[in-house]
Amino acid sequence: MTYLAKPKLLRTDAPKNTLGYTRRDYEGAISTLCAGCGHDSISAAIVQACFDLDIEPHRVAKLSGIGCSSKTPDYFLGASHGFNTTHGRMPSVLTGAALANRDLTYMGISGDGDSASIGIGQFAHAMRRGVNMTYIVENNGVYGLTKGQFSATADKGSKNKRGVVNSDTPIDLVALALQLGASYVARSFSGDKEQLIPLIKGALRHRGPAFIDVISPCVTFNNHPGSTKSYDYVREHNDAVNRLDFILPRDQINATYPAGSLRRIVQHDGSILHLRKLATDYDPSDRVGAMNHLQERHALGEIVTGLLYVDSSAEDLHRHLNTVEKPLNQLGDAYLCPGSKALDALNASLR
Amino acid sequence: MKPIQSSNDFVIKFANVNGSGSASANELFARAIMRMGVPIAPRNIFPSNIQGMPTWYEMRVSAAGWLGRRGGCDLMVAMNPQTWDRDIAEIEPGGYLFYDSTKSQPRSRFREDITVLGIPLTEICNREYTDPRQRQLFKNIMYVGALTALLDMDFAVVEKLIADQYRGKDKLIGANVNALKLGYDHARANLSCPIGLRVERSHGVGDQIFINGNDACGLGAVYGGATVTGWYPITPSTSIIEAFGSYCRKYRTDPDNGMARYAIVQAEDELASIGMVIGAAWNGARAFTATSGPGISLMQEFFGLAYFAEVPVVVFNVQRGGPSTGMPTRTQQSDLIACAYASHGDTKHVLLFPEDPYECFTLGAQAFDLADRLQTPVFVLLDLDIGMNDRLCQPFAWDDQRRYDRGKVMSAEQLEAGKNFGRYLDVDGDGIPWRTIPGTHPTKGAFFSRGTTRNAYAKYSEAGTDYVYNMERLRHKFETAKTLVPAPVLKPASQPTRYGAIYYGSTSPAMAEASALLEAQDVHVDTLRVRGFPFADEVIDFVNDHDFVFIVEQNESGQLRMLLINEGEVDPKRLIRVLHYDGTPITARFISGRIADTLSTHKVTPIRKQVAS
Repeated sequence: MTYLAKPKLLRTDAPKNTLGYTRRDYEGAISTLCAGCGHDSISAAIVQACFDLDIEPHRVAKLSGIGCSSKTPDYFLGASHGFNTTHGRMPSVLTGAALANRDLTYMGISGDGDSASIGIGQFAHAMRRGVNMTYIVENNGVYGLTKGQFSATADKGSKNKRGVVNSDTPIDLVALALQLGASYVARSFSGDKEQLIPLIKGALRHRGPAFIDVISPCVTFNNHPGSTKSYDYVREHNDAVNRLDFILPRDQINATYPAGSLRRIVQHDGSILHLRKLATDYDPSDRVGAMNHLQERHALGEIVTGLLYVDSSAEDLHRHLNTVEKPLNQLGDAYLCPGSKALDALNASLR
Repeated sequence: MKPIQSSNDFVIKFANVNGSGSASANELFARAIMRMGVPIAPRNIFPSNIQGMPTWYEMRVSAAGWLGRRGGCDLMVAMNPQTWDRDIAEIEPGGYLFYDSTKSQPRSRFREDITVLGIPLTEICNREYTDPRQRQLFKNIMYVGALTALLDMDFAVVEKLIADQYRGKDKLIGANVNALKLGYDHARANLSCPIGLRVERSHGVGDQIFINGNDACGLGAVYGGATVTGWYPITPSTSIIEAFGSYCRKYRTDPDNGMARYAIVQAEDELASIGMVIGAAWNGARAFTATSGPGISLMQEFFGLAYFAEVPVVVFNVQRGGPSTGMPTRTQQSDLIACAYASHGDTKHVLLFPEDPYECFTLGAQAFDLADRLQTPVFVLLDLDIGMNDRLCQPFAWDDQRRYDRGKVMSAEQLEAGKNFGRYLDVDGDGIPWRTIPGTHPTKGAFFSRGTTRNAYAKYSEAGTDYVYNMERLRHKFETAKTLVPAPVLKPASQPTRYGAIYYGSTSPAMAEASALLEAQDVHVDTLRVRGFPFADEVIDFVNDHDFVFIVEQNESGQLRMLLINEGEVDPKRLIRVLHYDGTPITARFISGRIADTLSTHKVTPIRKQVAS
């Protein structure tokens, strides 16, 4: 948390994207989270990703539930509409919003309590419905706002600040998302923006449910020896399957990557994901393989990160419902109301 | 005992087994009477079950057009051996019993004071048909044929109805008409037709239409401009969504490409369904859900969010018997309190009370305008009685000049022109702030919606002054709501009186008939039908203008009465409960009986008289 307001004046040479926006245009209110909170790094990564992708801030709707993570949408994209909903229910509100206007970009921000505990049902159903969204869980394994209780993603055997050991089996949201039909599934670490920013970009340009689990250590309640979601633990046990480079259709493709370790995935909108493979046997288009890899590494105590699965031909909820191209919230009276003539005919059929 | 003699004014009840195909035969019979111009009011009394349990179809035939449940039964069509004894017991003295006489019954199983009409339906069916399914279905049509003869109805009318119903499936027309004729001929040959109950051609139906409230709500949502619904199946509300879906397919399919101008998502539960509706409404689409009591309980937290974040949503609540799972297939008006003050903290919600399918349509459509205008949840409270039963009502009407009132939505042009935008700022003095739809303007008008306290510019705030400003503005907004909800309907008695009665929703036809019964006994009561909450001033004035007011409702605790006492600060002693809550629809006999009894036995002394003496 900082008490210093950001200076209003910008350097005249601040870099601008093709829309003419500076990075500052993608920032939000000043964070009220603890100094060093992993969540603030994620907000910064979102800002960078949106800036780089030339997304108009007002064309993004950011939704969240309740908790530290869910406060963060206030701290990025200040020119976007945001909705801080109820605990664990962001997915349904986001689903409704996405139904109303298919042209906006939807970003759901949640935490491990919000998505894996109280909200696991809504998390699951939003994934299986194919809602077109970027769903980010800021995962610290702990309830921060209520001062340090375990969440459902806390590892079995991990210790809290008071020395209590967690005896419950953890929920792996990545494994769930894979099983439930998310078509873009990734995990990253808030302390690794090199990996995180391209993953967010890829998710924003993906059509369908894109899920990113971001391990985000809680500096106050879960960053001590014994925690499996501390900065040190994650750095030591991170097993990245690939490094992602995100390339927009207009960008020059830099061909300096070593041949044979590159995988190229073209998304619906023409954007390209370049995956530099780290694990030689890893195939991000193989959903079952992804689930196996996840479980194998988990058994070894490792945290798998990177783009674990992507289905670049996925269809979304609007396609399933066959809704008109024009956003439903922009259809005028004439398109919605059948009028008196139709009603007269209907009356006649009811006699 | 002399058999009952009555033309166009009696109650016939069908006792069937659910899942046996009886519902469509019974409805065919009802429509035939209606086609003869005679008003009818049928009601399904059905179990929470798919197949094999008892079900009844009770139909009131009323030349005078009384559509409330009358009570009693003049002709019982007893097709269910499981319920035989109680069905026989229910017949009025001098009434009639129609039954399947294939299997002979001992004399002791009948009654001496009724006329027994037996036809060996099973025997005839077994003789005529080999397919077991046909035997069952045509047995139903056959009793319709027999009743056509017994009640002296026009055979050609029923025949034509069948032809209309199966148009395009000619094979079915012939087979059904044949079964109808078998029953008709057998009755004419073997029973003395007609009996004392008759249906005679009349002009009582006029241009009325015949539809149930749930279908009308679905249609109201289409005309009201709803495009998004998230829902979860629950009796008795499910068919609202089914109707919305089928009317949307009919009226909202893009003629150019067959694409849908609507989105219907079956959610995983009621929490998700209201969540979707709130998300869609926040994003500028008109959205609604339909549910019943248990769903209302589940949605409570979200109602608080929609109230506090000021999101316009519409909720159709088709009330059933509560509490808990209660009586899922029986009717009640017992969710008023749960809806009026839904969710924790200080909340209040707009409620609308349609009396019949016509108002389900009109108030259903109007609910979307009200929600947008007031930026708050609007509940349309109907109940199983009007929701799931077909009812005669005036034909639907729509003014093509009417435009949706989207309320105070600030446009990009207004923002560009520099209009002061504070999401929770009362600039017009009516308590209603302006809102913007996400994506409106690149740099102006964005705000962060939340359930937490905020200042007038939607910034997070824990300051008491910001909180109080907001709560007082909300209170003021509900003062404005009083002037916008549908006005109550006053029906003065034929003579000046110190007594009044307040009622709402599905009680309406029974109350109208009760008034007539009371007038006939020289008991005069002014009546007021409440159509909305918060109460318009006229409602409280009505209470204040009478010494005693009967509050007629279908719940155990007198929930409208509680609301009147709480909101109108009226003396509870002057509000007399008339409560009917056994799960069956309230009757005119019940209401008039209670009112007449109270007035005579309790010797109510008007307060003004006390003061004068």
